Amino acid sequence: MSKIAFLVPLFPLLGFLINGLGRKSLSKSAIGIIGSGAILLSFLTSCYLFTQVAAGAGEGQRFETVVTLFNFISVDAFTIPFAFQVDQLSVLFLLIITGIGFLIHLYSTAYMKDETADHFGRYFAYLNLFVFSMLLLVMGANYVIMFIGWEGVGLCSYLLIGYWFKNNDYNYAAKKAFIMNRIGDLGFLLAVFWLLFRLGTVNYGDVFANVDKLTAADITGITTLLFIGAMGKSAQIPLYTWLPDAMAGPTPVSALIHAATMVTAGIYMIARSNILYTLAPATQTLVAVIGLATAVFAATIALKQNDIKKVLAYSTVSQLGYMFLGLGVGAYTGAVFHVMTHAFFKALLFLGAGSVIHAMHHEQDIRKMGNLKKYMPVTHITFLLACLAIAGIPPFSGFFSKDEILAAAFAVNPLYYYLGVAGALMTAFYMFRLYTMTFLGNFRGTQEQEHHLHESSSAMTIPLVVLAVLSVVGGFIGIPEAFVADSHWLEHFLAPVFAESAKLSEAHHLSHSQEYIMMGTATLLILGVIVYAVNRFKKYTGENEQEEQGLGKVLANKWYIDELYNAVIVNPLNAIAGFCKNVVEKSGIDGAVNGVGKLVAYGSRQLRLVQSGQVSSYVLIMVLSMVVFFLIWFNDATIIRFFNKLF
Amino acid sequence: MPIQYYIYFCLALFSIGIIGVLTRKNAIIVFMCVELMLNAVNLLLVAFSKMHHGAALAGNPATTVGIDGQLFVFFIMVVAAAEVSVGLAIIVMMYRNTHSVDINFLNRLKN
Amino acid sequence: MTALLLILIPLAAGLVSFAMKQDSAAKTISLLASVVTLALALAAVATPSAIVYDVAWLNDLGSRFTLKMDGLSKLLALLTAVAYPLIFVAIHRNEYKKTASFYGLMLLAQAGLMGVFLAADVLLFYFFWELALIPVYFLSSIWGGEKRIAVTFKFFVYTFLGSLLMLAGILLVYFQTADHSFAMKAFYEVQLSGAQQTVAFWLFFIAFAIKMPIFPLHTWQPDAYEQSPTATTMVLSGIMVKMGLFAVVRWLLPVFPQATVQFGNLIMILSIIGMLYASLIAIRQDDIKRLIAYSSIAHIGLMCAALFSGSKSGTEGAMIQMFSHGVNVIGMWIIADQLEQKLGTRKLSEMGGLAQKAPAMAVLLVVMALANIALPLTNAFIGEFLMFSGIFQHNMWMAVAALISIILAAVYTLNMVQKVIYGSLSPASSTAVDISGNVKLALIIIAVMIIVFGVFPQPMIELTRDTVAGLFVKK
Repeated sequence: MSKIAFLVPLFPLLGFLINGLGRKSLSKSAIGIIGSGAILLSFLTSCYLFTQVAAGAGEGQRFETVVTLFNFISVDAFTIPFAFQVDQLSVLFLLIITGIGFLIHLYSTAYMKDETADHFGRYFAYLNLFVFSMLLLVMGANYVIMFIGWEGVGLCSYLLIGYWFKNNDYNYAAKKAFIMNRIGDLGFLLAVFWLLFRLGTVNYGDVFANVDKLTAADITGITTLLFIGAMGKSAQIPLYTWLPDAMAGPTPVSALIHAATMVTAGIYMIARSNILYTLAPATQTLVAVIGLATAVFAATIALKQNDIKKVLAYSTVSQLGYMFLGLGVGAYTGAVFHVMTHAFFKALLFLGAGSVIHAMHHEQDIRKMGNLKKYMPVTHITFLLACLAIAGIPPFSGFFSKDEILAAAFAVNPLYYYLGVAGALMTAFYMFRLYTMTFLGNFRGTQEQEHHLHESSSAMTIPLVVLAVLSVVGGFIGIPEAFVADSHWLEHFLAPVFAESAKLSEAHHLSHSQEYIMMGTATLLILGVIVYAVNRFKKYTGENEQEEQGLGKVLANKWYIDELYNAVIVNPLNAIAGFCKNVVEKSGIDGAVNGVGKLVAYGSRQLRLVQSGQVSSYVLIMVLSMVVFFLIWFNDATIIRFFNKLF
Repeated sequence: MPIQYYIYFCLALFSIGIIGVLTRKNAIIVFMCVELMLNAVNLLLVAFSKMHHGAALAGNPATTVGIDGQLFVFFIMVVAAAEVSVGLAIIVMMYRNTHSVDINFLNRLKN
Repeated sequence: MTALLLILIPLAAGLVSFAMKQDSAAKTISLLASVVTLALALAAVATPSAIVYDVAWLNDLGSRFTLKMDGLSKLLALLTAVAYPLIFVAIHRNEYKKTASFYGLMLLAQAGLMGVFLAADVLLFYFFWELALIPVYFLSSIWGGEKRIAVTFKFFVYTFLGSLLMLAGILLVYFQTADHSFAMKAFYEVQLSGAQQTVAFWLFFIAFAIKMPIFPLHTWQPDAYEQSPTATTMVLSGIMVKMGLFAVVRWLLPVFPQATVQFGNLIMILSIIGMLYASLIAIRQDDIKRLIAYSSIAHIGLMCAALFSGSKSGTEGAMIQMFSHGVNVIGMWIIADQLEQKLGTRKLSEMGGLAQKAPAMAVLLVVMALANIALPLTNAFIGEFLMFSGIFQHNMWMAVAALISIILAAVYTLNMVQKVIYGSLSPASSTAVDISGNVKLALIIIAVMIIVFGVFPQPMIELTRDTVAGLFVKK
């Protein structure tokens, strides 16, 4: 099986090359088939790999194959092979990426059909390149290959956010995303250098085997730096502001990159490095606190957003926060579980939103929607299912994964749990606010829009249905102990990957009754919030809309974080740069250089005055100099003595 | 006559020449002062030459020691004559151009 | 013999080109000569051992005509040889007055550059150093922009000052060598007192630092890059700045080991300040040529810092980066040249929307820009990765400070990309047409090199391995 692992990223790469180079000559349908087909082939290969891994792994055995293609960088101090690692964790991510990737490619063929052929080709080329990079990221057998994919997905994200490049706002959003990611990448790179410096290797296997050679300070430093990388890529406080802006890209892109896959790269990295994190409790606390803070903070912002995609974006940030909370409290399986279920329902939400936006002719403001269930039944039902899943209603998938994280959080610190539940309540509220305002109530758009409302074509609805099914049943691969003993398939599957960490940390187990109480209370609260939200916004008409006041205004303006960053970082940096350019460079350094030149010029101008042109003055100087020479001539001994005394 | 007298005389002559060159503006007078200086040197050369030659004759009647000083005088006279001809020609040209023989007009080279 | 031919062919072709009456003949001869040189350089690279050529020259002075090609020499000779055909192809359609002389001077500069990279005798090195610079003075002062005279004068004074200091340093060391010899071996084995090392080290280093350039000796560079004809700027920034870095490897580190350790930190700090400073200035540049110039200063600063980090991987990375940066920056200049020709402006604020008018150029510009920000799987990433890891080994905080420059690099590079090709069409862009075939060819070759060396950097690493080993044997 190792021989075919390289095929998984190869197909999207080929798709990228064909579509990228041939976008002028290929027809749109050919481009769509090549683009989606490449991902489908990857998905099939991944499925095969998955069956191999599942079969090859005995009960609780770590199944892991490293395929080395060639030596990427080999210097005296270290060797970095270009190698892929196939094990339980990476194969799971492969399935998510290629599976959801394929559905979104399929969806895109319909969503982007209004584009001209070469832009259509460009879109699919970028999308394939993204999948390729993402596959490198998860398949890499060392941190450098992961970093290649890490930067690669950042690039594709940049290109796709700015896909409609005529609009400069979109370009700014793209640039912002790339630069914020770069800040995180700086942390990642430093961690890689640190590992190379201490261990001389970045291969996962070697690093984790030699972890005892690292001091506690090393591990804390490395893990913190890696986490900074994750903050950038997975949009955590303080580097999250790029993600909502990234909604400038086409909606399928938001679904694939900014919800289902790329933004979970940080979670993948930490799950991959779980041993290091387990050995660094300080970093774990940091991860948990940042994750929880992000979860709650982003949820508050989502409460007041009116752009359908912005709500989903902040919801993504918030859900990513939950995943980090899970990682921080050692619930690695829970975090990966939530990555998976989140990929299902959030991709579904975005695609549903895309369907709505498509039908509404690129209207994204939910205040101008309403009663869409009448026109778009499939979209409506699937969207509702996704909302239930994300809100955490049993037995939808989100319930299981979120519950697992929150239970683990409770075991570490009950405060985490209470705040987490508060976040979950807010999630339920803003999701059903979104759902109600979009699909229920009265239509508030223009006549023209209403006239054109229609259900989307089957290329768009099929992915919706598939994802809806997954969102509903996806949770059953991780049924908690409390319900059915020994039925947490995912935990068994991933156990070998997290075995070392599990050995090191004592397991916190809540009693089943305690868990029942917690689940029950949370579910009831969430249901209450949902009912409240639906009732409150069902009658929304958009009339007598008042300017938000107080806290509401702060929330609607996203806590003024963008303004804060502009005032604290961007503007001072620009000012310093301007100061360097206009003052230091011009007057300072170049001034000094030109000053030397000017000094010489000035000196010679003064000296020139001696040459007055008056013959008699020349003669006078000549005579005087001769007198001086004579004096020196006759008194040389005295002068030499004088100089000797002087020095 | 003792050699000192010649020296003092030549010194005086030379100083007059220098002061003349330094202070006068008329090109012809400056020129004459230069001649004065040259002739002061000539006189000194002849005087020293005579002195050395006279001292050497006492030992060897056929000696030629010291006569090279007088030789140089001829050189200087020839050069001075050439210089005068060129110099006067320049002065004439200068007069034609500026209608003046004031050397302070000749400072245009400084720019 | 290969080594000698590498110098002789450009020299001869340059002289022949001067005599050509027809412009097209001069162009053809120059292109042919540069391709032959490229073939020779490839042959040299393929030779596994070091290539040596040695004949008597100035015996009385203790100087021989010695050429030696070790790994780094081969790599930089290859860079020079690769760059010239690319430049000639890219500027093929450009109009220059006195074309024959222009091409002749370009080739003379190439001969000088080759000599600098091959010379194994310090007097010979100095000779070629000057030989490489003289044609550039003429190229800039005759074919440059409107402020060319003042700028060339500044450039001349700067580099001449450096050359004189270096000459003083060379003589200082020369008189301390055992047998009064200029040979590389004699210089490497010379015993110097502490004070002598310090003085000679700085005399050499200032000369090299001006050439690189290192903050704060850099102000000639943006002016010169802006005002020179772009073909000359390509030579200047693609190859000539590598002379300074190369000279550090060849003549500074091995000759003054103690002084290197003693002043290494100071130089690294200066380099890193220079990187950040130049990156900041690049953010605010509106002139695309000056932007590339400052970006180049930042990259060079990193290479210099890595060379002084005293770590093997850092040194290795700097060497690879010399090649990669040379190739990439030439690509950037070709684009800048095309923009200036097509739009008639160098101001970013007057550009925009070019992706709609010139898609091929836009794609290639993006590839160059990505290489400029050292994205993985471009050639620049390999070098920067190794260099940063070397600096990290030396001092973690320096690495942190230096890494900030990669964020700034992303800021200014993406700014440039956005302003040039994205957004709505500006009036200047609305009449632009896409790049012509010859330019496209040159840029595609560069793009392919960027990707290929980004994915398979190992041949370059193997090539320079002997030079690195040689540097670290002595310590």
